[in-house]
Amino acid sequence: MSATTSAKSSSPKRSQQELRRVAVSMAGWTVCGLALFMVIGPLLDVVWVVASRGISVFSIGLFTTVTNGTGGGLANAIEGTLVLSGGALLIAVPIGVGAGIYLSEYGSNKIGSLIRFLSDVLTGTPSIVLGYFSYIVFVTTLGWQFSTLAGSITLAILIVPYLARISELALRQVPVSMREAAYALGANDPVVVFKVVLPGALSGVITGVLLALAISVGETAPLIYTAGWSNYMWNGQLTHSPIGYLTYVIWSFINQPSDESHALAFAAAFIVMLVVLCINIGVRLVVKRTKFI
Amino acid sequence: MKLKPFRLSVLGLSLLIPAALGAVVLFLAVYSAQAVSFNGLDFISGITWDLGNLYGDPVTVRGVQVPPGANYGILVFIVGTLLSSFIAILIAVPLSVGAAIFLAEAVPAKIRPLLSMLVELVAVVPSVVFGLWGIAVLIPLIAKYIGPGLSAMLGFIPFFAGGNAGGGYGLLATSMVLALMITPIIATTLLDALLQVPKENRESAFALGATHFEVVSKAMMPMVRSTLVGGIVLALGRALGETMAVLMVSGGAINIMPATIFSPVSTIASFIVSQLDSAEQDPTNMAVRSLAEIALVLFIITLAVNAGAKLLSSGVLNVRNNKR
Repeated sequence: MSATTSAKSSSPKRSQQELRRVAVSMAGWTVCGLALFMVIGPLLDVVWVVASRGISVFSIGLFTTVTNGTGGGLANAIEGTLVLSGGALLIAVPIGVGAGIYLSEYGSNKIGSLIRFLSDVLTGTPSIVLGYFSYIVFVTTLGWQFSTLAGSITLAILIVPYLARISELALRQVPVSMREAAYALGANDPVVVFKVVLPGALSGVITGVLLALAISVGETAPLIYTAGWSNYMWNGQLTHSPIGYLTYVIWSFINQPSDESHALAFAAAFIVMLVVLCINIGVRLVVKRTKFI
Repeated sequence: MKLKPFRLSVLGLSLLIPAALGAVVLFLAVYSAQAVSFNGLDFISGITWDLGNLYGDPVTVRGVQVPPGANYGILVFIVGTLLSSFIAILIAVPLSVGAAIFLAEAVPAKIRPLLSMLVELVAVVPSVVFGLWGIAVLIPLIAKYIGPGLSAMLGFIPFFAGGNAGGGYGLLATSMVLALMITPIIATTLLDALLQVPKENRESAFALGATHFEVVSKAMMPMVRSTLVGGIVLALGRALGETMAVLMVSGGAINIMPATIFSPVSTIASFIVSQLDSAEQDPTNMAVRSLAEIALVLFIITLAVNAGAKLLSSGVLNVRNNKR
């Protein structure tokens, strides 16, 4: 740092070459600043456009009436998103946290690294591929048709690798000495994990669950051909009956001609974006405070 | 060895993850087997996707029943996928490199967490919301200004001619939305690497009289180059599999190769979503099986790209450890 300041203040006379270098540097910083602006700018515009056009149609009716072909409310879609994401978490949390426990506590071996690798492969698999898999297996082969269960299982497959990885990271933060102390007192494996390690890493595990929830609320592609779409409230059936969800409204209603449909699409987008951004911002603020990960 | 039921049960739970992955690959492969034998190599070299006459009596071709006239070629979608992702990378790399450099070196440490959080948040916005923004904001912008502007400047190259074709929907819109979605992946990877460059390297460059920007561009960037490449490949993997945003802004082309940057395109992922409805009408089920084959192709492409990213980033770690 001192080198630049002395170069700047040393002599009023600068050689041609030095002037050129300073000019290039100035131009470089300007370009970099512009680049940062062009990355953040669109995000702010997305938030602004969706929020301003979404809020303008907010009313009580939006949350109490169901969609019809072109408009109506979002009650069925909101309920459907809650059911699908809740179902996905019910399936995925035990598996993901269990896998996280194995990987962090006993997974420092070949099996552990193989599971980690394949879990990363699953993370990188496009969600539409998972959706198509569920379509041919659950919807057609098993004959469940478009249904809540098919949608929830698809979302669960999607979020399990994230849960496993974040749980593993969280559990690893717990000092080894605490495990050793518990074992020395005669505790067995489950007691050590459930009474010592898991409580110590609870905030991290909850972080993982929240991030998984955010992912599942925002997903669309794997649901289109597994959950289907329904204009009515959920009838409580797990199979043989389609269910609505918010992201479908965004995708399909924006392509319809009427302004009412567009307004509904923006309202749905605003709710989805609000949930996703709140979870992610909240988690980042908390994570920074507790210095986790 | 003593049997440990608790360890075995959590092992069982964690083995469900590889099992799910295996099931995905296995079922897609088994389900598409008939399509693979029917389509042969024409599948990836043909440009005609024709479901055939779905109401005609199925005919037997190469040992399988298909609707008369059915032909499944996906070269158009492979080209659309690779081309849109490639252009997205071309747009995203300079933006994310600039942003990461600015965040790492020019921004006061106090507001850096805020700004880098904003960059990370770009990555968590759902794809379908980007698609909605694309339709509402980006498409009109391309149709009115960006498209005609590009044509006016670069129109002598055929690839950039005809700036308002398609009303904004097409390859350019797809690539721009994809670029927006993948910049945070490259930028945060690079930012982390830049913040880890040893102080000594920076200080020795300063001591040689380099300006601050020269320190970054000539002393620090070469050190993080391989991390940058790893981040780019990772971002490519994400862009290839992106579905909803692409589906909403791409214009959805079938049976025609993109001729200019304004042509409508389809990617593999967006095509699967847009076609399943019609494929379901096929009484012989061959269309649905061929879509499964497409999904398998997409899986293989992204697997290869992600494995490449993994190899690159593990190689990076070795280099850095050796240097220390």
